Amino acid sequence: MNSEDQHLTQLAAGIDEMRLDGNAIGGLLREIFAVEMTLAVGTCANCGAVNEVGRVHVYVHAPGTVVRCPACEAVLMRVVRGRGRYWVDMSGVRCLELAEEA
Amino acid sequence: MAGTALLGRLAWQFGTLADIVQETPRVASLYFDIPEWQGHLAGQHVDVRLTADDGYVAERSYSIASPPEDRRVALTVERLEDGEVSPYLVGELRLGDKLELRGPIGGYFVWRAGEDRPLFLIGGGSGVVPLMAMLRHRERMKSKAPTRLLYSSRTLADIIYRQELDGLASAVDGVAVYHTLTREKPEGWTSFTRRVDEAMMQEVAWPKEQMPAVYICGPTTFVEAAASLLVSMGYPPLSIKTERFGATGGSA
Repeated sequence: MNSEDQHLTQLAAGIDEMRLDGNAIGGLLREIFAVEMTLAVGTCANCGAVNEVGRVHVYVHAPGTVVRCPACEAVLMRVVRGRGRYWVDMSGVRCLELAEEA
Repeated sequence: MAGTALLGRLAWQFGTLADIVQETPRVASLYFDIPEWQGHLAGQHVDVRLTADDGYVAERSYSIASPPEDRRVALTVERLEDGEVSPYLVGELRLGDKLELRGPIGGYFVWRAGEDRPLFLIGGGSGVVPLMAMLRHRERMKSKAPTRLLYSSRTLADIIYRQELDGLASAVDGVAVYHTLTREKPEGWTSFTRRVDEAMMQEVAWPKEQMPAVYICGPTTFVEAAASLLVSMGYPPLSIKTERFGATGGSA
């Protein structure tokens, strides 16, 4: 998807003022992965876009945390926390790449 | 093991409020002594956790305003009247009180003084906070990176760090500060009085040929509008780093 298409997608989706980005879940991801994750790079399983976690779109107003691809808005990841456990659905991430010493 | 860090995990710890600086009627900087603090980078944030007597927990993220070179960690917090956490931090928390926090968090929205590309910082409202950490870091490290800040506030009284920014712009080589006000045109005001637009960017932004590093922070609508403008003007999306605060009362 080129940047013009991305822009049109965003226009169609509208700017959501509740939208956050990957910076907002640095703490949550650190709980789960135990390393700084905002510089990790994920590949979208839907469109193949490659983005640093800091760039992805994040919505925290659902019962869980929903992470979406900034290019195609497909769901990359869902995280639910409760009763002392985490549920992490990463089916939208084809590949996650991170430095050994993050 | 209670109270000790799990290996590799980020532990919650207590900071003691050591100083309060009222920045605007609604915004205060809180300076904490944090005994176990490991140091931070300019642009990082902390998570703050409040636990009520009945066990209810509220967590929020706040950008660090102080540079890595300072011993105390400063958070600059805007009081949101309908907020769960900020009215406690700005108004209730007293000197000597302890606050539970963890950090530093984030590696993406970070600037290091060793980088010498031109720096273009764009802040809306309290989105200026992590940018201020970068400006302070730049000054302490005597960085030569040519730097411009475009800062959008609602009114003159809402400008956070106004005096310090004036001082940086006049006393520090290579730093320029451009204000815009979106809801007021004070008498004698010579800077912008409108929302960020293309003409303003043309005037303020480093030319794209100079390949500036761009950091944009503020309410989501502000950040996305500013980033889209720059992308439409031909700045490479990957040179633009953004941090969205969500809908924080439309303070820009």
